Amino acid sequence: MTTSTGEAIQFWVLGIVAVLGALGTVGMRKAVHSALCLAGTMIVLAVFYLAQGAYFLGIVQIVVYTGAVMMLFLFVVMLVGITAADSLKETIRGQRAAAVLCGIGFGILLIAGIANASLHRFTGLAQANAGGNVEGLARLVFTTYVWAFEITGALLITAAVGAMVLTHRERTERPATQREQSEARVREGRNVTPLPAPGVFARHNAVDVPGLLPDGTPSELTVNQTLRARGQVRDVGGEQERRVRKLEQRSDEYVEGVTEGEGAPEGGRDRSGDNDGANHAEGAAK
Amino acid sequence: MNPANYLYLSALLFTIGAAGVLIRRNAIIVFMCVELMLNACNLAFVTFSRLHGNLDGQIIAFFTMVVAAAEVVVGLAIIVTFFRSRHSASVDDADLMKL
Repeated sequence: MTTSTGEAIQFWVLGIVAVLGALGTVGMRKAVHSALCLAGTMIVLAVFYLAQGAYFLGIVQIVVYTGAVMMLFLFVVMLVGITAADSLKETIRGQRAAAVLCGIGFGILLIAGIANASLHRFTGLAQANAGGNVEGLARLVFTTYVWAFEITGALLITAAVGAMVLTHRERTERPATQREQSEARVREGRNVTPLPAPGVFARHNAVDVPGLLPDGTPSELTVNQTLRARGQVRDVGGEQERRVRKLEQRSDEYVEGVTEGEGAPEGGRDRSGDNDGANHAEGAAK
Repeated sequence: MNPANYLYLSALLFTIGAAGVLIRRNAIIVFMCVELMLNACNLAFVTFSRLHGNLDGQIIAFFTMVVAAAEVVVGLAIIVTFFRSRHSASVDDADLMKL
């Protein structure tokens, strides 16, 4: 059986996509981008399986790999920190160059080995798939490979138990009740009241904007601990401080104008009044 | 088209995956590269199945998928546990047994 022109075109177009996806998996700095590139490669491989008569495997590839396995990967990436980019610092000097060299050498060996084989034409799966691909696979799984199939079941159960054992954490002490927490706060004498809310004295009431103290400095206490740890606190304190200082300076100028210019206070006062009104309008708009 | 083209692609993907395992330091990406290598093997198995005209290659690819699924579950559980204790997913930080 020879391959059709359509299959050749499909191979060259999708083959390039698959290789680009694989290179992206290795080269992307962020784990999420790597995962998306790998998902693309896996979908291309699923198309190749379908094109080669492995209908069951093609569908399973999409359902199991791009569906379940990649979802699991993305889940762990979210858990481990989506912003955590890989550091590009080499820990062993020359290791990266050596790895690339090894990869190229290995690839040349592998491809040269395949080039030595005399492969000219596919036998084709028309006969093997005659009774249906799934039926053919089922016959093999439950006759020739039934022992391997049973072992696979044991493997899956072991893997499930192993994952549960690895990720499960036993709670060794009783969680503190609300009463105990409040008593501990009083005993420490620090933050006896609940923590101040964010944004109350700032311009925004978003949770990542710290509340401002009377002198205009932001209060770190008002922002959630997690946001603080991630460094996602949005600081508007500086801007607010600048505005307060500007306002004070303007009022000082106004007071000076009133005290020294008794002769012609009208114009100055009017101008200042306008200014003040404009300030209020600006504040309201903001 | 020469049937070996699929095998060349498979070899290329396997090589890229292997190089990725050596190059990258993030445990999750190293793991993805291992998945890429397993997938490249599956492509070779499916191609051989078509070359020889029987379904045994597809059965082996099917078992590879099952083993890969089990491997992903345990491996990611290890990464999550490691991240909890070290707050890092880098393979360089797993150096507790280093002299």
